[in-house]
Formats: sequence, C-alpha cells, structure tokens
Amino acid sequence: MQSVWTLLSWGSEGWLDDIAYGALVTVCLALATLPVGLLIGFLIALAKQSSERSLRLAGDIYTTIFRGLPELLTLFLVFFGAQIGIQQAVRLFNPEATVEVNSFVSGMIALGVVFSSYASEVFLSAFRAIPQGQYEGGFAVGLSKAQTMRLVVLPQLIRIALPGLANLWLILLKDTSLVSAIGLTDILRQAGVAARVTKHAFLFFGVAALIYLALAIVSSIGISAIERWVGKQEAHR
Amino acid sequence: MSASMQTADSVERPPLPPHGWSRQRILGYGLVVLWAFMGIGLVAYLISAWNTELFQKYAPGYVSGIGITLSLVGISIVVGAILSVPIAYGRMSRNPVIAGLAYAYVYFFRGTPLLAQAFLVYYGFGSFRPELDAVGLWWFFREAFNCAIFAFSLNTAAYQAEILRGAIQSVPKGQWEGAASLGLHKLQTLRKIILPQALIVALRPYGNEVILMIKGSAIVAIITVYDLMGITRLTYSRTFDFQSYLWAAIIYLLIVETLRHAIDWIERRITRHLKR
Repeated sequence: MQSVWTLLSWGSEGWLDDIAYGALVTVCLALATLPVGLLIGFLIALAKQSSERSLRLAGDIYTTIFRGLPELLTLFLVFFGAQIGIQQAVRLFNPEATVEVNSFVSGMIALGVVFSSYASEVFLSAFRAIPQGQYEGGFAVGLSKAQTMRLVVLPQLIRIALPGLANLWLILLKDTSLVSAIGLTDILRQAGVAARVTKHAFLFFGVAALIYLALAIVSSIGISAIERWVGKQEAHR
Repeated sequence: MSASMQTADSVERPPLPPHGWSRQRILGYGLVVLWAFMGIGLVAYLISAWNTELFQKYAPGYVSGIGITLSLVGISIVVGAILSVPIAYGRMSRNPVIAGLAYAYVYFFRGTPLLAQAFLVYYGFGSFRPELDAVGLWWFFREAFNCAIFAFSLNTAAYQAEILRGAIQSVPKGQWEGAASLGLHKLQTLRKIILPQALIVALRPYGNEVILMIKGSAIVAIITVYDLMGITRLTYSRTFDFQSYLWAAIIYLLIVETLRHAIDWIERRITRHLKR
C-alpha cells in the first residue's frame, strides 16, 4: 500500500504528472473551442436579429437543435457521424481505407457548436440592449454598415455580453470533461486510469474535481480582471 | 435653396421597406433550404434504413430508457428541491460559518463537472466499501442508478438553492416590512407573501434547471446506467447502425421542446394577473 503522497508525486511512482498533462489537454481544448464558438455564436446572433424573416428562422432552428440535444449526444453524433461520413467519402477512392477521427477535433466541433448556440442568445440580448440611435449616429457621421458594427456597436456589445459569456466559459470548462468519453486524455480520463491502476478511486476523482474547481477559480479571477479593465475603458470616455 | 430643400426632402423620407432579393434574403432562404434538405435527408435516411426486425428488438429498450431518464430526473429534482431549502437558508444566513459552509457547498457543486461528481460517487465510494458496509449503506451505493440519483440530487440542490435564494431576494424588502406591520410572523410572511411572488420569478430558472438535468442525465450512460443514452450506446455497439443515435437525438429534442413549451404555457398562465 503506497502512501497518498507517493501516489500524488511527480514522476514514475506518482500520478501527478499524468494528471497535470490531462489538465493541459482540458485547458487547450477549452481555449481552442472558445474562438470557434464565439465566432459562430456572433454570426448566429446577427442572423437572429436581422430584419429578414428567413434568416431569423434559420438561426432559431440552429439554436433549438443544439440547445435541445444533450452535449454528450452531440459529441457522439459528431464523433461517429464524422467517422462514418468521412469513411464513406474516402472509400469511394480507396476501398481499403479506415478512418480514425481525432477526438480533440470532434470535441472542439461539438463543444463549439453547443457553446455557439448559447452564446448567440447572449449576443442577441446584448444587441437588443443597444439603442437604435447608436446605429443611426454611426450612419449620420458617414460610417458604412460594417464600420458602424465594428467601431460603434461591437465595443458596447462586448461590454454588455461579457458577464453572460463568462458564465458560458465556465460551463465550457466543465463540459470538456465529456470528451473523456470518446477517449481524449483529459483530466478525468487520466484520473480514471490512475484510479483503475491504484484502486484509489476516491482520491483521484477527488483530485480531478479539485483541479476543475481550481480552473474555475482561476477563470473567475481572470474574468473579473477583464471586467475591471473593460469598466476602466468605459470610465475614460 | 432648392438644393437644400431637396436634401431635406430626401433625408426625411422614411426608409424604403426592403423588397426584391436583397443579399440577406438570398442568404436566409439559402440557409432555410439547407435546413429543409437536412431534415428531408434525415427522414429519407431513417426510412431507407428502416428495419422492422431491428426495431422490434430494440424499441422496448428505448422505451424503458426514456422511463429511466425521466424517473432519474424526476427523483433528483424532487430530492434536490428538498435539500435546496436548508442550503438556500444557509446562503442567506447572517452567521458567517453557516453562510460560508453553504457557499462552499454551492461553489463545489457548481464549479466541478457533473461527470466528475458521478465518478466520485460511483467509483470513489467503492473505496469506502468496508465503512459503508458497517453502516449498512453499501446496498445503496452498489447500484449505479442509486449513485446517479445521489450525485444528481446533490448537484441540482446546489443550483436550485441559488435559484431559490435569487427569487426570494428579488422580492422587495417592503413586502417583509408590510407583513411584519400587519403582525404576521416570519414563517407566515414567507409562506403567504414572499413565496407566491418569488415562485413567479423562479419558474423560468426552475424550468431551465429541469431541461439542463434531462440533458445532463445523458452522462449516466458512462457509469453503466441504461437510460435513453445508455440504451443508445448499447444498441450502437451491437449493431453499428448510426440511426440508433439519430433516434435518440429525436427523442431528446421532443422531450426538451415539449417541456419548454409547457413551461412557457405555465408562465403565461400564472402571470395573467400581471398583464395590463
């Protein structure tokens, strides 16, 4: 029976290095998903606040589907669906080929899609909080539509949407744990391996939970720093 | 003079309503047609892949899976609601120790993934088998379903406590003072004055929490509970037929959409007196 501290040490005896690697993978996945999700979410929000009815409908269908499906199911749909789809496409040229879809990329796509459908709602309510006069003012000083969006609306939009997006970031960080189910070596997967080998399941899953908690705390500190900074920008005006 | 009159004219004219095929309209119709094609493709695929033998073999499993998902969520929500009352009370307490403990509880369960919590209970409590045996609780934690209920109840209790606290604190302080001046004591005030107003505020977050639980409950498939997701994985691992996942997606969407519309309907109904 090894002591708890040996098990949690760094190196070949302990498991801390493996779990730290898992934490790195988790953070990388979340950071890689964030820009994808934000971009798609912003475009969907633009579609949903457009005056064109068909665009709004298309955006609403997207949100309804990806907010209604469980994240785990979306992940499996992307993972297995992409595998089957690409495999069939490749088999047209090379009947012998087998395709393995990268679990990191699948996770990125699935989580990005889910994130974007929630982010679009956050952006949409931020759009509604910006008075029409801001657009009109932009046009009145001779800015084009794109310039008004970039120079007048977007800076205010980000400030209003920031708390909502911060929440979504914390949810995203937690949702990355699902990718362990399709074999990505994230925190939870590494903790599971350690638990199976050493039979100290409570210890390792407890450590995994505490690491997620630590990531959440670090994120909250970072978020409030960003919020302070953005608030200061506003005060300068 | 006439030039300035002309510009004034053109400025004051209301903007023309968009007509014809603007770029936005083309894009919008294109996307809607794309969705329609995907929907038709899905239906066509499900019809072409239809296999009566397969359906008869696995459909009962799906039905029982839906039952397990719904009972899991139902029990967890009710147990969580009961647990959330003392936690919400603790969060609003002026005693720093109680408030701190309640805050730590809420922070832990909201800050860690539900999957990690389920693993902690299902695999982790196995480490304490002798102790649990001694207390006579091992039979409970031996079953994956019970572990899932345990983890989910604790998790949703944290979220529901925050919803409850937010709703109670959204009622203006004057309501408490008014009730006190009428001679109602605190419990009466809470039951007759505060809660009826707070629950209107809380309905939407509660509804969202139920939907989140239904979606979150899919993770119990990983700890070997055969809920809807678990049955789906089992079916896929036996048949390698992708339609097993598509059926699950359709069922989940139906459940969530039904719930969402039900919540909308309830909200419209209980806020009738607030409409002018």
